[in-house]
Amino acid sequence: MEELLREYLPIVIFLGIATALGVVLILAAVVLAVRNPDPEKLSAYECGFNAFDDARMKFDARFYLVAILFIIFDLEIAFLFPWAVAFKDVGPVGFWSMMVFLAVLTVGFAYEWKKGALEWD
Amino acid sequence: MSVADFAFYVFAVTTLAGGLFTVVSRNPVHSVLWLILAFISAAGLFILLGAEFVAMLLVIVYVGAVAVLFLFVVMMLDVDFAELKGEMVQYMPLGLLIGVIILLELGMAIGVWQFADLAPELRQAVAPDPQEVQNTAALGRLIYDDYILLFQLAGLVLLVAMIGAIVLTLRHRPYIKRQDVLAQMYRDPAKALELKDVKPGQGL
Repeated sequence: MEELLREYLPIVIFLGIATALGVVLILAAVVLAVRNPDPEKLSAYECGFNAFDDARMKFDARFYLVAILFIIFDLEIAFLFPWAVAFKDVGPVGFWSMMVFLAVLTVGFAYEWKKGALEWD
Repeated sequence: MSVADFAFYVFAVTTLAGGLFTVVSRNPVHSVLWLILAFISAAGLFILLGAEFVAMLLVIVYVGAVAVLFLFVVMMLDVDFAELKGEMVQYMPLGLLIGVIILLELGMAIGVWQFADLAPELRQAVAPDPQEVQNTAALGRLIYDDYILLFQLAGLVLLVAMIGAIVLTLRHRPYIKRQDVLAQMYRDPAKALELKDVKPGQGL
């Protein structure tokens, strides 16, 4: 257990440096930067006009479709990964079960391609 | 207190704080960012347990994909905060009631929790010694062979999710002119262009 955690020491050091750098930059901005607050500096600016409406608006549902298709293939890869790592141990049953899994998802992929879900108009 | 204990408390406090601020922060986009913090520190907790693969999965799938999906949903909602606050007072009693019921149920479940006598041995039987084999490889030996039915069902669930998302959200717009790449590539200039000799003073 200790050995496994020791392998993560570089990542901990990296996280520490990243956090420290972020804190230093924010603190430097607080300490060094000239402060001259004005509400106009924070107001929205649209080519000289006042903002017509809120920046928050309805998104097209197709963004959601792209994101959910991405998640599904992400999970497919997540299943492929341990299979690849343990490839020498899985045996023929394991091999063919993964082939069936991939075939099922390829059916979905073909459906999605034929339906035009991957096209953006 | 060893380094591992210290790391556990850091990650646990960060997870709880992330979860708390997910609930209480006013801006839903900030909520999603706090949620990402909670996911990452939960991944740290998994690493402390020795479950490296699950930790990396949490980072890749939840932080990389699910959080993005949440951001899309939050932005799609078109939330009006003033209206939301007015409605919140209205739904507060119901929400509190449901929260108290869930808390009671959790309390009752944990209150009578008992380990079966066989539970530790069963757990030992499934998992190989973490010193001998990496847990990604250990998972790989189990999922595709011993748990083949669950694995295939997971594939079918993904298929249903894919088809369901397409059926629910895909709307074709017939009035849009799409680009047909093949038609463009096979277009023959000799057929596309026609020269006509027009005599002066006459139209076509």
